[in-house]
Amino acid sequence: MNEILEGLVEAAKLIAAFDPELVEITLRSLQVTITAVVIAAAIGLPLGAWLAVMRFRSRRLVIAILNALMGLPPVVVGLIVYVLLSRSGPFGVLGLLFTPTAMIIAQVIIVTPLIASIAHQAIRDLWSEYHDLLISLNTTKRQRVATLLWDARRALLTACLAGFGRGIGEVGAIMIVGGNIDNATRVLTTAIALETGKGNFALALGLGFVLIALAIAVNLLMHSLSRTERSGTW
Amino acid sequence: MVTSILPLRIHAAEVKRRGTRLIGPIDLTLGGTGITIVLGPNGSGKTTLLRLLHGLERPAHGGLDWSIPEEEARGRRSFVFQTPTMMRRSVTDCIAYALRVAGTKRAEARARAREMASQVGLGHALDRSAQVLSGGEKQKLALARALIREPEVLFLDEPCANLDGRATREIETILTDAKSRGTRIVMSTHDLGQAARLADEIVFMLNGCVRELNVAGTFFETPATPEAHAFLNGQIVE
Repeated sequence: MNEILEGLVEAAKLIAAFDPELVEITLRSLQVTITAVVIAAAIGLPLGAWLAVMRFRSRRLVIAILNALMGLPPVVVGLIVYVLLSRSGPFGVLGLLFTPTAMIIAQVIIVTPLIASIAHQAIRDLWSEYHDLLISLNTTKRQRVATLLWDARRALLTACLAGFGRGIGEVGAIMIVGGNIDNATRVLTTAIALETGKGNFALALGLGFVLIALAIAVNLLMHSLSRTERSGTW
Repeated sequence: MVTSILPLRIHAAEVKRRGTRLIGPIDLTLGGTGITIVLGPNGSGKTTLLRLLHGLERPAHGGLDWSIPEEEARGRRSFVFQTPTMMRRSVTDCIAYALRVAGTKRAEARARAREMASQVGLGHALDRSAQVLSGGEKQKLALARALIREPEVLFLDEPCANLDGRATREIETILTDAKSRGTRIVMSTHDLGQAARLADEIVFMLNGCVRELNVAGTFFETPATPEAHAFLNGQIVE
């Protein structure tokens, strides 16, 4: 219990002092995760809508695989991306290993199935409601997907925030592909792992509270910008 | 000059679901003017018939022939459902949507939607969420969305079910206005009074088949079938 209190004090000190190192790793955490979520949303949202609207033979299998991929172990993703980006790997020539780009790639792989799966479920429900209307209005498939994505925007925001939550708190994959290099690839979660390993529990907990506060702040900001819970049911 | 999509000829059309016949075989011709009311007890196939005519159901046997190819006819008819679907948009945007998907530019679509909303009595709710409208207002919105594309044929599936007398009268006024502008209306209802007020022609359905097709006045005064006679007398017809 003492350690948690010390952690809270440490977090307050770090924030009050506007610690340059804390600012740097916080900004890097945000940069990596927000970039990954934007890319994952660009892939996952249309994919979820497409799966809801289209009917094809192996659709159920694809949905089952997508749902299973929501539980992808980050360490395994990290290992696979490591192998692919290492010097002897197929993408070794790109020199991306131990860079924020590698961390973004790993997070995109982890976050995309989560966003696509939640989007699919939200859009599937809306599609069952809109089906007859959109068919009766003689809409094209592309118009249906666009309409569903727009009208389900609140639920899709939740999908993106869930993706952000998964990404910002992720440590296994980015530790492997980023290497936790000071001033280069260190982010909040890898810094917490490092400080815990060194026995600096108060600092580790302090960073942990900063991380939680950051996640809450981003969620509040997104809800505020999108006017969720303000304008009734639309 | 634009060629009319009517008459619509339905020949030996059957709708089946998982091998079970829902309606048919149906032979029917819908001519160029007026209001046709589809009557019949619950489960007689009124909704399925309307869905078949609009292309929401595919015939397992037989077929439908519009006077022009189906691809062209599809964009010139509209459907109003018994439970209207309210999109997660404002009233204006819900109505404008029907024009937007048909290729109209946003500003023009919204301007026409506002005008149409005012015509159907929704001028006070232009920027409100469609989801929070009352039952009567939702049905008016659905009608406005259907009418804004100036359809040649308008199908309505019990549009006044669950509405009170005032809302029903408002909907009927919108329909008679649409009829006077030349829109061909095909509508199902359980309300015999409404059918008597609006219909030029009656299609009486029972057990998935058309039992009687008659001029409205004749149908109500001297129905041709004993089932229709019993139905009009308020007896349970099976």
